[in-house]
Amino acid sequence: MTLNGWLQFLIYFVVLLLAMRPLGIYMARVFAGEIHFLRPVENLVYRVSGIDSSEEMNWRDYAGAMLLFSFVSMLLTYFIERLQHFLPWNPQHLPGVEAVLAWNTAASFTSNTNWQSYVPETTMSYFTQMVGLAYHNFFSAAVGIAVAIALVRGIARRESKTIGNFWVDTTRACLYVLLPICIASALVLVSQGVVQNLHGYTVAHTLEHQTQTIAQGPVASQEAIKMLGTNGGGFFNANSAHPFENPTAFSNFLEMFLIFLIGAALTVTLGRMTGSPGHGWAVFACMALLFIAGFTVAYWAEAHPNPALHGVDQHVSALQSGGNMEGKETRFGISQSALFATITTDASCGAVNAAHDSFMPLGGMIPLINIMLGEIVIGGVGSGLYGMLIFVILSVFIAGLMVGRTPEYLGKKIEAYDVKMSMLYVLIFPLVILTFAAISLLSPSMGLSSLANQGPHGLSEILYAFTSAAGNNGSAFAGLNANTHWYNISLGFTMLAGRFLMMIPMLALAGNLAMKKSVPPSPGTFPVNTALFTVLLTGVILIVGALTFFPALSLGPILEHLLLQHGILFS
Amino acid sequence: MRTLNTAIRYTIFTTILLGVGYPLLITVIAQLTMRSKANGQLIVRDGQVIGSEIIGQSFTSARYFHSRPSAAGNGYDATSSSGSNYGPTNQKLIDRISGDVAAYQKANPGKPVPINLVTASGSGLDPDISPAAAYYQVPQIAAARHLPEAQVRDLVQSHIEGRQFGILGEPRVNVLELNLALDAEKGSN
Repeated sequence: MTLNGWLQFLIYFVVLLLAMRPLGIYMARVFAGEIHFLRPVENLVYRVSGIDSSEEMNWRDYAGAMLLFSFVSMLLTYFIERLQHFLPWNPQHLPGVEAVLAWNTAASFTSNTNWQSYVPETTMSYFTQMVGLAYHNFFSAAVGIAVAIALVRGIARRESKTIGNFWVDTTRACLYVLLPICIASALVLVSQGVVQNLHGYTVAHTLEHQTQTIAQGPVASQEAIKMLGTNGGGFFNANSAHPFENPTAFSNFLEMFLIFLIGAALTVTLGRMTGSPGHGWAVFACMALLFIAGFTVAYWAEAHPNPALHGVDQHVSALQSGGNMEGKETRFGISQSALFATITTDASCGAVNAAHDSFMPLGGMIPLINIMLGEIVIGGVGSGLYGMLIFVILSVFIAGLMVGRTPEYLGKKIEAYDVKMSMLYVLIFPLVILTFAAISLLSPSMGLSSLANQGPHGLSEILYAFTSAAGNNGSAFAGLNANTHWYNISLGFTMLAGRFLMMIPMLALAGNLAMKKSVPPSPGTFPVNTALFTVLLTGVILIVGALTFFPALSLGPILEHLLLQHGILFS
Repeated sequence: MRTLNTAIRYTIFTTILLGVGYPLLITVIAQLTMRSKANGQLIVRDGQVIGSEIIGQSFTSARYFHSRPSAAGNGYDATSSSGSNYGPTNQKLIDRISGDVAAYQKANPGKPVPINLVTASGSGLDPDISPAAAYYQVPQIAAARHLPEAQVRDLVQSHIEGRQFGILGEPRVNVLELNLALDAEKGSN
């Protein structure tokens, strides 16, 4: 670990802190309908689609619209993939995508996961990437934000049957939040060297007289929304490690900044909309604690030499970053790779600028734990906030049990129904992950045959795949060959379950909270804007996460770490 | 039914707006204002593209500085970017690195090889090596090119790119640019 490495972290954190407040306040105004600078476009969307923008929806209608829209747009992407050889912008004449893979990919991008079982350079045409995949990068993000805003409205409103209008919320999220930031960031990315063109792949004749075909494409436009919307699906196989996706240290900085920007700002929006800014900051403080702890461990682990290597110089010096450089880019070194890995899994982004599969055992465990905690450390756009609010409700509930009173949260009594919906959310997640991982582990022909690494690392690969899919993250221990019928189908279902099975209890909770009366705070009310609350919340998150996943982790990365210290390898 | 109708119309219209309109807008602006960057910073020599400034390529001759090992296809295949995805306890990783170390140490007996030079990057297309990895190769290049070591060392030094804005990222040496400069060096053969 170096002083410069920590300085880069510090700059990142300060810039994020400076940007989140203005954006959070701006978003509160957007969803209150106070921002209008694209009114003509917004109204055109409503008119063409037959939407009455003044209509308010109850939670069932909201959920219904969300599900139908997701279904229709997923179907469209499926057919674009299947028929891409008949569509324009396919200069490499790539054939239509095979059915199971097309299904997996459509599910993946609709659910904001962006898990990729394929090599994009040789599978997806420019048209498919732009119209099929980058489209979902916008809308899965917008849907996530909409659901989070609906939940916050549920908390803020009193004796109301409705929680907003799904179409209006997603449209405003796209037009006023995502699109302007994307246009600006995409152009900055191009200035750093991210490519943006529609011509065919370039054939180069190298200095040693070999032929090198260089994949091209409209990358910058997709890169911006891939990060800002915490989608993470790479235009290229190597994702943000690829020099055309992430050419410089500054492009890397910008990409990491975009991942956390909206998620962090939404805690400010929460404080604003509920009239309790202190609560927003208390929630953010918990996120910041877990973020800093995760980065510290990952950076520490990756900066250490691999004890199994001999005859190499792994020390850090002015001339090299040292540490575990397998799977990492020279321009990013250890600190920027560890930071990116921590951020992308704290959020549900899943873009990678280094190969997580090649991280040291404990370094690779941090991304895994981050997703297992539910991606509530900043988290995915929208999904991070509503996931975190589930833990807030549980914390308030536990605090209420301690003093023997009906718990209250910002004036709303938390009752049996609310806790049931919250627990449903908490339990669906590990149920899906552990069940499918167990089936894969018990099946040599379907599950184990895809492994690239043996021993405990193999367990980590399978565990990571289902955790990433259920968490809608999309990053991978990418040695696992997931382009098989078993993994494409099971991971496809896992992604949809991890998204929609969890959004429905969330909206039910929003609807139920909105209907309640507001009760004034009393001396027995547990305040949710204090440091004590932050500590309790952090404790609840860690205890739930540890109770659920510690056994699996101890057989995977922790065991691998112990074996490596004794020089035990696997072939 | 009404909701389904809305969903279909909404999907189609927003697809045109954000799936087609937005990327085309960015393409037009990028091509008009930052043409070279938007097209991949291609290097053209004698009317032929010899590569991209920011995409690594494979060098096997003793006369050129070598890039890092690559897991992209058969090595620096820019249609198949990838890392090795070997875990830290994978025997194949340890064997690959030991083999590369033995080869490099033939020219530098007993001298530990900088880790950067024997590890595969995440993309398999890393255009850079660490300054340590470049300096390590100086004796072998100087011998193959019949140049004084000091001259090659100076060349490496002049090609070190520092951290961006003095802070971000890590110092590095672009291998293709260094090798092009090496070819242009006086007295080099």
